[in-house]
Amino acid sequence: MKCAILVFPGLNRDRDMVAALVHLTGHRPQLIWHTETKIPPVDLLIIPGGFSYGDYLRPGAIAARSPILEEVKKHSAAGRLVMGICNGFQILTEAKLLPGTLMRNASLKFVCRKVQLEAVNTNTAFTGAFLPRQPFSCPVAHHDGNYFADSPTLANLHEGDQIAFRYAGDTNPNGSVDNIAGILNRQKNVLGLMPHPENLVEPAHGGTDGARLFHSILEALA
Amino acid sequence: MTGPGEPDVTFELAAAHGLNLAEYDKILALTGRTPTYTELGIFSAMWNEHCSYKSTKKWLRILPTNGPCVIQGPGENAGVVDIGDGQAVVFKMESHNHPSFIEPFQGAATGMGGILRDIFTMGARPIAAMNALRFGAPEHEKTPHLVAGVVAGIGAYANCFGVATVGGEVEFDQSYNGNILVNAFAAGLVATDAIFYSAAKGVGLPIVYLGAKTGRDGVGGATMASAEFGADIEEKRPTVQVGDPFTEKRLLEACLELMATGAVIAIQDMGAAGLTCSAVEMGARGDLGIELDLDAVPVRETDMTPYEMMLSESQERMLMVLAPEKEDIARKIFQKWELDFATVGKTTNNLRFRVVFGGREVANLPIRELGDQAPEYDRPWNPPPKPPPLGPLDLSGIDMADALLKLLGSPNLCSRRWVYEQYDTLIGANSLQTPGGDAGVVRVEGHPAKALAFSSDVTPRYCAADPYEGAMQAVAECWRNLCATGATPLAASDNLNFGNPEKPEIMGQIVGAIKGIARACTALNFPIVSGNVSLYNETSGTGISPTPTIAGVGLISDFSKMARIRFARSDEVILLVGAPATWGTHLGQSRFLHEIFGQKSGPPPPVDLGREKAAGELVRALISARLATAVHDCSDGGLAVALAEMAMAGNIGATVDFPGNGQSAAVFFGEDQARYVLTIAPADLEKVQAMAKTANISAPMIGRTGGNALKLGSARAILLSELNKVHSGWFDRFMNARTE
Repeated sequence: MKCAILVFPGLNRDRDMVAALVHLTGHRPQLIWHTETKIPPVDLLIIPGGFSYGDYLRPGAIAARSPILEEVKKHSAAGRLVMGICNGFQILTEAKLLPGTLMRNASLKFVCRKVQLEAVNTNTAFTGAFLPRQPFSCPVAHHDGNYFADSPTLANLHEGDQIAFRYAGDTNPNGSVDNIAGILNRQKNVLGLMPHPENLVEPAHGGTDGARLFHSILEALA
Repeated sequence: MTGPGEPDVTFELAAAHGLNLAEYDKILALTGRTPTYTELGIFSAMWNEHCSYKSTKKWLRILPTNGPCVIQGPGENAGVVDIGDGQAVVFKMESHNHPSFIEPFQGAATGMGGILRDIFTMGARPIAAMNALRFGAPEHEKTPHLVAGVVAGIGAYANCFGVATVGGEVEFDQSYNGNILVNAFAAGLVATDAIFYSAAKGVGLPIVYLGAKTGRDGVGGATMASAEFGADIEEKRPTVQVGDPFTEKRLLEACLELMATGAVIAIQDMGAAGLTCSAVEMGARGDLGIELDLDAVPVRETDMTPYEMMLSESQERMLMVLAPEKEDIARKIFQKWELDFATVGKTTNNLRFRVVFGGREVANLPIRELGDQAPEYDRPWNPPPKPPPLGPLDLSGIDMADALLKLLGSPNLCSRRWVYEQYDTLIGANSLQTPGGDAGVVRVEGHPAKALAFSSDVTPRYCAADPYEGAMQAVAECWRNLCATGATPLAASDNLNFGNPEKPEIMGQIVGAIKGIARACTALNFPIVSGNVSLYNETSGTGISPTPTIAGVGLISDFSKMARIRFARSDEVILLVGAPATWGTHLGQSRFLHEIFGQKSGPPPPVDLGREKAAGELVRALISARLATAVHDCSDGGLAVALAEMAMAGNIGATVDFPGNGQSAAVFFGEDQARYVLTIAPADLEKVQAMAKTANISAPMIGRTGGNALKLGSARAILLSELNKVHSGWFDRFMNARTE
């Protein structure tokens, strides 16, 4: 699998993502600085978590309007995989590559804890290794993860089977609508996800549940 | 040399800058003339308590600061300690008390920013943070607002910057009603051959300013931090700086990238007293003069005066001496990270600190004397009175179960989840233990087995009763918490928070506490390698409890053996390692005494450093031999609270057999030192007891794990669900009541 990570100033989980990919695949992903003008035709492009441009204005708003996003759009239009985690998810919604928006947590506070997730549509390149509706652990760390979409958009998401992950049990940490933790675009090649599976991929992390996301992608691309 | 619009310098103006007559006379003698307004500002910045340590310098010299692993002790931006394999840990704890009381969010945020900058200025990438927070009584009207602001401010800065917060303390006590304490700690990793220092080297080299633009924020901040609060406190809000963690993150990456190119000769962050302090320190430490051209300083406000530029505490700024031939490389890196930079001066060989603005010389001072000749006081001090012994207590009517539940649900012993869930505890993907245990533990990136443990400790009520014993206890508890994870304690940072040193009884607390730290650190081979002193923590004449916070670092050589506090399995044997024959019954200054009897009296528990050392070494040996399955130190709330925390963390109950008599409460809630609760497999009992005997440490078997309840002696069993409910309830209720 050829993988690249897009880095904007202020992102800070790029290092975690590199470490997870090296641990799981043995390969170091290519880092793409936001001022570059081309994205190489990698199998998977990741926009990691953090605080691009300090979350000033709105999380993801400034990054989503930078020129490299046109290349991200071309990448996704070509059917290649794009995954945005946390701030990456916020950037993808701000760039309209994914529907809906991520509002401030219902608690109005940053939250970092382990929650339970369940995969909803397990028939995608990102979710194939998950059992449907089988809860698994994953950490979250965000201030603005409260996913919201209006009723027609939500109906579209359901109809298109675009819900990738939900918070399971009563562990929704941010008040997101329908307990949504991660969604896909209609073509299922773009994933946005608030939690951080990259922080739960080796025993030293206290579990390996997050590795299944990466295993799904590896299997899909094999 | 008075500039346009500047006031004439008189003693009255100097007094308004916090300088006394003797200090002003010294300035006149040093300059040989009336200083300019800018010079007066520079002196007030360099000679205030916060920057000069003028009240404590004499006593700080008695602290042990050396050891086989110490690469850099106090005097630089942070301490540096060797952890083997060509790597070192860089760390320091620093207070931001006064600003956080005035403006909690920004005060705490910039406290975090300042300590992080101290770490990466030395070339280290920050890997862990802690914070020790002390607030007034929960009932005090300002407390909830301050808690909310400080916690959100720390989180906003540390989370955005991207450092894992892995430990800390939160305490409520009425002595902090008018002066909260925000002590922030950070640690970073650096290669031992790539450590950067602040001493300038080479004559005629460019001094480069990097980072955010300079504004008027924080002008006079360090002077403000060196005075008591009075009724005019609200007027001081403009002296608090505003933090920008996004710029700090870019500054971190730019500095580390630049350092790797070999372009940086010396570097100093602009913290308290900004440009003044950093430029003087770089020159004085390097035996060089410094010349600054203020017209070149990037500013973000119009019409800034040289006085304001020299005293601004705008955040996220660095000063460095660059190798001239690498200026182009440096420029490219600064531009990549979109940071302001400017050549603002040069090093000279005349040992003068010369500042020019608009073609006019606004300051010309001897650079070494600015630092070296700072006043130093041997302030009068009264030895603190020894506390009277604890009077008789009637313990016969105490229901042990009720008492435990009351303690666990009290503001100072309940769960801190409300606080630490607002911090990113996982970023970096190396956190092995996050808040809730004895110490935070972070894996050393790039090494297959090593990890670092961090703990911050002090028990202010012990220090108030007896500063000497209390300070020894702070060191001992920190050292013990590191041992409880299996870490070998390496070194510590001290953050000394006290009231007004001009009062002999407060100075007595300071002297007693420093002597206590010195004795304990010497006995435990736990040198102090960095630190900070915060004095004048008084409002309208009332001082805080003496609070010498100790933040320690330990090394775990193989994290697969690391111990945690949670009971691991049922049917294991529980030992009380380090216990005296009675198991310990010291109730003076205990949480139990305060919560159940409403008393803060008696002496604090005595510290036996020999027993402390032997018990810690035994515990580390048991962890290293993989014999200990869970370890927790006994501290606030004593044995009962330690057992409850272990049971809740592991979701496994325990039964402790104590022959019921009138002393049960003293045994379960006494706060005797040097004790650890430890579990082992029953089959290992003989082996472990033999090891304890060899170490001459008593380790009585006190019970067994198992079940879904905690049963202490003859008290009724308490279900874990009930413990959890009480433990987790208080903080949420307290903070939610605020918004209703």
